[in-house]
Amino acid sequence: MSTLMFFIGVYGFLTRRNLITILMSVELILNSVNINFLAFNRYLFPHKLDGMFFSLFIIAVAAAEAAVAIAIIINIYRRFSTINVEDVNEMKY
Amino acid sequence: MINFAYTVWIPLIPFLMFIILGLGGHKLKPKLSGLLGTTGLGIITILSYITAYKYFFATPKIDETFRTLLAFNTTWLRFTDELHIDMGVLLDPISVMMLIVVTTVSFMVHIYSIGYMHGQKGYERFFAFLSLFTFSMLGLVVATNIFQMYIFWELVGISSFLLIGFYYTKPSAVAASKKAFIVTRFADMGFLIGILILSFNTKTFDFISLTDPNGLAITKGSGVAFMGLSVMTWSMIFVFMGGVGKSAMFPFHIWLPDAMEGPTPVSALIHAATMVVAGVYLVARMFPIYAFSTPAALEIVTYVGAFSSLFAAIIACTQTDIKRVLAYSTMSQIGYMMLALGVSGYGGHEGLGFMASMFHLFTHALFKSLLFLGAGAIIHAVHSNYMTDMGGLRKYLPITHITFLVACLTIAGIPPFSGFFSKDEILAAAFHHNKLLFAVEWAVAGLTAFYMFRLYFSIFWGKDTQYHHTPKEAPYTMTIPLIILATGSLFSGFIPFNELITSNGKPFETEIEWIVAIPSVIIGIFGIAVAWVMYRKTTDLPARAASFFNFLYKWAYNKFYIDELYIFITKKIIFRYIASPVAWFDRHIIDGTMNSIATVTQVVSFRIRKFQSGQLQKYAFVFISGALLLVILLIYLWR
Repeated sequence: MSTLMFFIGVYGFLTRRNLITILMSVELILNSVNINFLAFNRYLFPHKLDGMFFSLFIIAVAAAEAAVAIAIIINIYRRFSTINVEDVNEMKY
Repeated sequence: MINFAYTVWIPLIPFLMFIILGLGGHKLKPKLSGLLGTTGLGIITILSYITAYKYFFATPKIDETFRTLLAFNTTWLRFTDELHIDMGVLLDPISVMMLIVVTTVSFMVHIYSIGYMHGQKGYERFFAFLSLFTFSMLGLVVATNIFQMYIFWELVGISSFLLIGFYYTKPSAVAASKKAFIVTRFADMGFLIGILILSFNTKTFDFISLTDPNGLAITKGSGVAFMGLSVMTWSMIFVFMGGVGKSAMFPFHIWLPDAMEGPTPVSALIHAATMVVAGVYLVARMFPIYAFSTPAALEIVTYVGAFSSLFAAIIACTQTDIKRVLAYSTMSQIGYMMLALGVSGYGGHEGLGFMASMFHLFTHALFKSLLFLGAGAIIHAVHSNYMTDMGGLRKYLPITHITFLVACLTIAGIPPFSGFFSKDEILAAAFHHNKLLFAVEWAVAGLTAFYMFRLYFSIFWGKDTQYHHTPKEAPYTMTIPLIILATGSLFSGFIPFNELITSNGKPFETEIEWIVAIPSVIIGIFGIAVAWVMYRKTTDLPARAASFFNFLYKWAYNKFYIDELYIFITKKIIFRYIASPVAWFDRHIIDGTMNSIATVTQVVSFRIRKFQSGQLQKYAFVFISGALLLVILLIYLWR
């Protein structure tokens, strides 16, 4: 199931035009990975908690990264007046 | 043991002068730079004389032999414990003699140049280069090992290049300096090959171990035979090739006449007295090897010397440029020296040729530099190099006249001048070895007397030319060296060389052999008489003689077309068939490869620049597909 979520997130990342939607897809990917960790933890190592600790890490990192991403998006909007990812392509040949 | 360590300063002081004059010369007043160079030379001349006195008269001899002393020796470059190149000062009879010759002649030339180059542009540069040359030549003669000699050999070549091309705005001077350097460099290639073969065979560079008659190099040296000659013989032949180039023997003589484009003091120093005898010195230095291990190479030395002396003497009879006559005369006299070395044996009376060669080197340095400096005084007065523009100069240039006459009498071999003694010893050595060679050299002695007196009479007697402005005698700075050198030419014949400088260091008895001496004097006087008749007054005898010998005259006047032959070989054969294809290959294939690599890179990068589109999602797509690919590969390759 986590694989399914992962690839839905990847599809969303590659397809959507709105930057915020892309950000949502990234969150989806991170969450899918989280679930993956927990699942493996439950099935392979019932007595240890290493997977859960790492999931906690991922939640924290995801939160921070979402904040940074929003900041970047706000700056992009100030510069380009759009949050359509196809219009943000100045760094090219 | 008397300490000779100070002799390391003898080469180093001119080097110091070169650095000072070269770097700071144009900031000093010209007179000061001239004085500085000359003072440096004066100091080392005095040091050389002190060294000679101490070496010959104050150092005790072992077993009646003059010992070879290492005054100074440091390891300069060390590859392994056995393979190392040293720099040092070696004192033995011939090197001490050469110290005297080089420093004396250089000192005279320095004093002379103060007058001759006065007011010319580049005055300081001239003295800097003269000091560089003196340093190089001194380093060559005191070399302790053959590699050091090679290093200084090349340095001498560079100094010669710089000095011949001193008037660098004149195209002929530039061409002449290039010719000199290229020809001698080509010969030095042979020298280097010889050094490498020799040292590979004998495992040492050092002269003392190479030339020790009881040492390993000579007793066990001869290696495997190759095409009929042993390895040692081949290496000695190659080494001699270097000597042939530097000493302007046939066939590498072509640079010497053209080298007269340089200022006359340069011709006196380099091309009469010092650099051109470097080849003779080389053979003398390696003489024990030549005498014991490689007599075949010694035969080659003999015949090259004999041929060169005859060849040059014939050409000199027809030349009209006074410096060129003297250049060919130098070539001829060095041929004598090589011949004398070639016919020599080793030890005692057998080594007569060796002693005669060194003796002739000594006297020749004095009288030939005198001749060149005198020619310089004449050119300075008349502003022309050609005999045809001169005549009757004895009225205007008295001191030059007398000293020039002394030098001409010396070279013709008239007693009691020094040339008689040294040439007589050479003829005696040749007489004992091979009567045919003696006859050839005897004829060359006659030719020498003839063309030298042809030169003398054409300049100082002959027709009474009207000059545009009256020729003035040269200033004191120019005439004093002439007088000093003339005195040397007069009296140096009496130096007992047979007690001081011999092939194995032991003195031996010689006496005048009348059967050789009398014919040589007679042929000398005969040559002078022929020149007297033909040139003292203007007659048509020279023109009639030229037409009588028509074909030979034309060939001799054009220097036997050797220059044309070399140009033909290089332009038509080497350039066209070897150099051009190689150049084509270099330009098109090697450069083409490099260029095409660059072009391909450029084209490919132009085509794939669209990858950087700026579109985030494309980047992400590529990233993810790449990651997936890796994952799949890893899963499948894990098996």
